[in-house]
Amino acid sequence: MLMPAPEQDIIAQRLDLIAALRRIVPGEGVIADETSLRAFECDGLTAYRQLPLVAVLPSNVQQVSEVMKLCNARGVKIVPRGAGTSLSGGALPLADGVLLGLGKFNKVLDIDWDNRCAVVQPGVTNLGITRAVEHRGFYYAPDPSSQIACTIGGNVAENSGGVHCLKYGLTTNNILGVEMVLMNGDIVRLGGKHLDAEGYDLMGLICGSEGLLGVITEVTVRILPKPTTQRAVLAGFPTSESAGNCVARIIASGIIPGGMEMMDRPAIHAAEDFVHAGYPRDVEALLIIELDGPPAEVDDLLLRVKEIAERCGSVSLRVSQSEDERLAFWAGRKAAFPAVGRISPDYLCMDGTIPRKTLPLVLTRMGQLSEKHGLRVANVFHAGDGNLHPLILYDANNPGELERAEEFGADILRLCVEVGGVLTGEHGVGVEKRDLMPAMFSEADLAQQMRVKCAFDPNHRLNPGKVFPVLHRCAELGRMHVHKGQLAFPDLPRF
Amino acid sequence: MPETFIPSGTTDVADLVKWAAAEGKPLSLHGHRSKAGLGRPAQTEYALDISRLSGILDYEAAELVLTLRPGTLVSDVEKLLGASHQMLAFEPPDYGPLWGGPASRGTIGGAIGCNLAGPRRFKSGAIRDHLLGFAGVSGRGEIFKAGAKVVKNVTGYDLPKLVCGAYGTLVALTEVTVKVLPAPEKTRTVLVFGLDDARAIQALSAAATSPHEVAGLAHLPAGIAAQSGVGYVAKAGVSVTAIRIEGADVSVRARCEALRDLLGAFGQLEELHSMNSAWLWREIRDVAAFALPQDRVLWRLSVAPMNGPGVTAAIAAAEPDAQFFYDWAGGLVWLTLPPAQDAHAALVRGAVAAQGGGHATLFRADAATRAAVPVFQPQPEALAALSRRLKESFDPMNVLNPGRMVAGT
Repeated sequence: MLMPAPEQDIIAQRLDLIAALRRIVPGEGVIADETSLRAFECDGLTAYRQLPLVAVLPSNVQQVSEVMKLCNARGVKIVPRGAGTSLSGGALPLADGVLLGLGKFNKVLDIDWDNRCAVVQPGVTNLGITRAVEHRGFYYAPDPSSQIACTIGGNVAENSGGVHCLKYGLTTNNILGVEMVLMNGDIVRLGGKHLDAEGYDLMGLICGSEGLLGVITEVTVRILPKPTTQRAVLAGFPTSESAGNCVARIIASGIIPGGMEMMDRPAIHAAEDFVHAGYPRDVEALLIIELDGPPAEVDDLLLRVKEIAERCGSVSLRVSQSEDERLAFWAGRKAAFPAVGRISPDYLCMDGTIPRKTLPLVLTRMGQLSEKHGLRVANVFHAGDGNLHPLILYDANNPGELERAEEFGADILRLCVEVGGVLTGEHGVGVEKRDLMPAMFSEADLAQQMRVKCAFDPNHRLNPGKVFPVLHRCAELGRMHVHKGQLAFPDLPRF
Repeated sequence: MPETFIPSGTTDVADLVKWAAAEGKPLSLHGHRSKAGLGRPAQTEYALDISRLSGILDYEAAELVLTLRPGTLVSDVEKLLGASHQMLAFEPPDYGPLWGGPASRGTIGGAIGCNLAGPRRFKSGAIRDHLLGFAGVSGRGEIFKAGAKVVKNVTGYDLPKLVCGAYGTLVALTEVTVKVLPAPEKTRTVLVFGLDDARAIQALSAAATSPHEVAGLAHLPAGIAAQSGVGYVAKAGVSVTAIRIEGADVSVRARCEALRDLLGAFGQLEELHSMNSAWLWREIRDVAAFALPQDRVLWRLSVAPMNGPGVTAAIAAAEPDAQFFYDWAGGLVWLTLPPAQDAHAALVRGAVAAQGGGHATLFRADAATRAAVPVFQPQPEALAALSRRLKESFDPMNVLNPGRMVAGT
């Protein structure tokens, strides 16, 4: 993975820059010693590490603005960071860049029960929001599996999802407002406690922009009343086709479950060995289907889902009879990543989305790729929305195995695109999938996205080296060859 | 009238925009012009009519996605989806009659351009929450795509969000993919009679805060309720507060009962079944109460739900002839006022600003007024500058619907 070459003239001014940053953020807010900087050298994509030039942890929005103004004026790059749980390297530091940590922005500022929203600082964890509102029966809906650690600011940057997003949406569907700081230091507020933007939907654009457009300093999220009842069905199938068919029929029958997860045989076995959730070992695919809502509705849906699963050839079928049992059904799925971590020294987690109907084809081809690359793979799948997480097992101590795992992963993602899907459903492009962007987007597609970047950050100072495989200068991207008087008047029907 | 081009394919659109950019000839984009009265009046020598770029390209009910051309009529889409018991969950309104036009002429491209959303907005989102991907032509005359055709995707910037509510100023769309969802089996509406605005919004908040998954929360003051085509509402003689419940039959019955228990303390109750429910929510969705008389200016306000009554009270105190009703649990206020040179912009926007903020759109007024008064909520300078740079990044020669949103861009 090639990152932009560090700018030596910036590195040469390091001490001067540190002094200037200390004038903005006094005391321990500027971190410059190597030992302390180690804490920031990577995010959840641990295969890549880099010490930042310096780290700064501002504690208010004015400081963020001043830091960005300073860096903008000096041409210094900035890498924003929340909790550092990104699985795609979105917060990977740069040797010539300031790492801007938002960890001190950790307060819930306002809970507005009647308007059903909460105003929080970006460093509040995803689960922290739910914890702050659950005593009155509310919760924050998106629930990425890292929710105990990941922050809402990072969730906005990555447009995080979770297992409930088919029914309840991603981050972008669950926030009402943000305050953010642009690279030039401008502080702008988008939205508020009301719905929908007037003017361009910049909040929609910021969501999932991976820290390339602005630094989030405040978020207003919607909070929802908790469903009164949640029950889950655990259904085993002899083939992935029959399980996939069951998912399609449930949706075609008009049911949108709160969550619908699939695991393949290797994932089932790894999870069962780890947490003993009571999963059947003799099936090729396992579905966990969660139904939530008022008790009458859940009872009705359970009957219908059971009937569909049986008709689709389910060979084992259990309905949770208690909250403990429901949580046990989920325990295996939620522990799938660490469970796979137990059976392999290292693993890469991929994140493509496919049209659901192509699942059997994709799994078959993935099996062939597994043989070709000589590496094992376990699959967990957000079946409702087609978001596939193949976990590629490898051992980084074996020379060349990381590269083989990455090549295998790239093949899987190219396969996802080939069948009509995408490179990433919820983890983001970051550095991990950056060089695969041309598999999905044409040069014109990418050029327009980069022009949008230029409107926010014309010198590519904010989180460069992420998302886009090649950085073009904004002046070059903006140039337009106008052929005045040379283009024919279009020969189209008109009146 | 501008000279109007009617392309039938993507490359036609690209050729035309390329030519327009080279010659500096701005284009007005439109379908059937059902919402031509919305936005600033644009005056261009040439127009681009996308209504022949229409038709379904791919629809797979079990995948929950629909790919189509932007000129397709929303009413045709709804017919198609209805046959598979699915729907556009953002409940696109049919605003044509607000400007004296016929019903059912709106296209999906127009719904995207105006970021339409109906009463289900607070639960299921606007079209911004359902547009998964698009292909189109930028103001540079370049064909490009963004987003995808699957329901979950974070690859690259979410440009589909950006074209929603951009009023055709960024991209001439040629293909769009939207998320579709199952349609509810049953719909019922619980009515509460005789509440004043503040009390009504409290009742709606209680319903929204309950776990009964409501899908519509509106309040019609007595004068508005009296105009309804639904007997129970029109004959009430007092204000009507409406709460919609959707879903499977058994669930709808149980939740209606629970809601009646919850709301009994607020006032006298009634329940509407499917036909009457559908009629009432269509009236609310389409703002039918304010279709006539058309010389009255119409404002659309988006505020924090609990602030709705405070905003209207401030406006009514200065202008007693104000008429209004509430959707989105109080967060969406539709307001009409007698004609005035400034369309009462200072009064309306001042009231919104004083009550916690939000935005106010001058939804209907004559062209001269819409040229003189900012139709959309004016933005602080940093944000306005960013919006201009964004527009320029798509359309450097300013040929796509220039001036439709903001004068000069």
